[in-house]
Amino acid sequence: MIEVENLTKHFGSKYAVNDITFSVKPGEVLGFLGPNGAGKSTTMRMITGFITPSSGDAKVCGHSIIDEPYLAKGKIGYLPESAPLYNDMTVTGFLKFCADVRNLSGFAKKEAVERAIETCFLQSVAKQSIDTLSKGYRHRTCLAQSILHDPEVLILDEPTDGLDPNQKHEVRELIKRLGMNKTILFSTHILEEVDAVCTRAVIVDRGQIVADGSPEELKKLSPTGSLHDLFRSLTTHDSSHNSAA
Amino acid sequence: MKHIWTILKRELTSYFTQPTAYAIILIFLLLSLLFTFTFGGFIPAGDANLEWSFLLIHPLLYSILVPAVGMRLWSDEKRTGTIELLGTFPLPPWAAIIGKFLAASTVWFIALLLTFPLVITVNYLGSPDNGRILSGYIGSFLTCNVFLAITVLVSACTRDQVVCLIVSVMLCVLTLVCGHEDIIREIAKFTPSYLVEGMISLGVWDHFRSLTRGLFRYQDMVWFTSVILTCLIGTSAILSAKRA
Repeated sequence: MIEVENLTKHFGSKYAVNDITFSVKPGEVLGFLGPNGAGKSTTMRMITGFITPSSGDAKVCGHSIIDEPYLAKGKIGYLPESAPLYNDMTVTGFLKFCADVRNLSGFAKKEAVERAIETCFLQSVAKQSIDTLSKGYRHRTCLAQSILHDPEVLILDEPTDGLDPNQKHEVRELIKRLGMNKTILFSTHILEEVDAVCTRAVIVDRGQIVADGSPEELKKLSPTGSLHDLFRSLTTHDSSHNSAA
Repeated sequence: MKHIWTILKRELTSYFTQPTAYAIILIFLLLSLLFTFTFGGFIPAGDANLEWSFLLIHPLLYSILVPAVGMRLWSDEKRTGTIELLGTFPLPPWAAIIGKFLAASTVWFIALLLTFPLVITVNYLGSPDNGRILSGYIGSFLTCNVFLAITVLVSACTRDQVVCLIVSVMLCVLTLVCGHEDIIREIAKFTPSYLVEGMISLGVWDHFRSLTRGLFRYQDMVWFTSVILTCLIGTSAILSAKRA
């Protein structure tokens, strides 16, 4: 479903993503873990076609994001990190606009918008202007945009970041529910989420993959059996050890 | 085509659900009429063709008001991060660029249309050459679109709307004055003629003037089209380069 092959991105001489290769199979919910600045967002932005890779390729449902960008983008639903929205629109207006961009029209468009509003629990704010929404609703509106066209692949960049515990729980439940018939790649640095929703996890650090496996397999790699310790031992750099010592 | 329409519709709705479009249209109408009846000397000059009293004031008003309409087109998109949504939609970048440009252009089209009472007035008071008035209006609208294209190009470079506004105003004023008769006359005293010719054809003034005189020259059409296209292609290049 998602095949990432030797994806590399450098800004000048600095490598944000360095030769990453992994794949997400149909029905998998892959957690993309790593400290801030590890290259998670850059990788996702390359898979979704927002930024062009320096080298390598990503295929979504068999379509290369470089050679067939529009076909590949049509298969993806994407929630960017900051959940950006057009503040001057209403929730319904925004979703209708997204449906238009996704080539939905007539009954299919109406149905898609209604379903997305229902799935993301947006009924109470559907007619409200986006700039009056709270952060949780903004996040869910952007999530609704990503599932609008019933995509085969969902790419969510920190979908639970900045939400309160109830909202986090709701979004996790939603991801779990959507994961039953979609391929999901989502990034996070909250390790509890891995146990709660992922079927597999990849840990990246400084632009490279440092661990890949199911949550259980990853726990076995850790000397103490905890994901936290594994994460810390893999992503805490020697330099910071030295300076701490 | 459908994508252009989708973007155009969104941007137009955005202009008209916020005070932007109304404020700009109202201020343009007020200022253009105010200047027509004061500095333009509409009544004493008795110029029924609207050339000196009305149309010649437009470029100056545009150089300040057009950037105010266009400044948010890409700057805002970058500031709020919605450019990431646009960039990941199955949507060709040129469709978004043209859609946004046409939306702002439509706002100006409406503003120009609303000056119709003046055309009715001159037809009532005198017997103007309406073909020439139409040609003047076309020249005015094309000049407006050139300034808009410049603003779109600048707004692709920055996420700060204020920077976009002042830089665009500066560029529009430069495009306007670099071909103006008085400036050219002074410069011609110490500059070789081919450079002077170049300046005249680079500036918008000469092309705008020929249309307000009722002259429909191919070179003007080529100039207007190529400047607008160059700016829009430049916008596309800057947007993709900034993402790469």
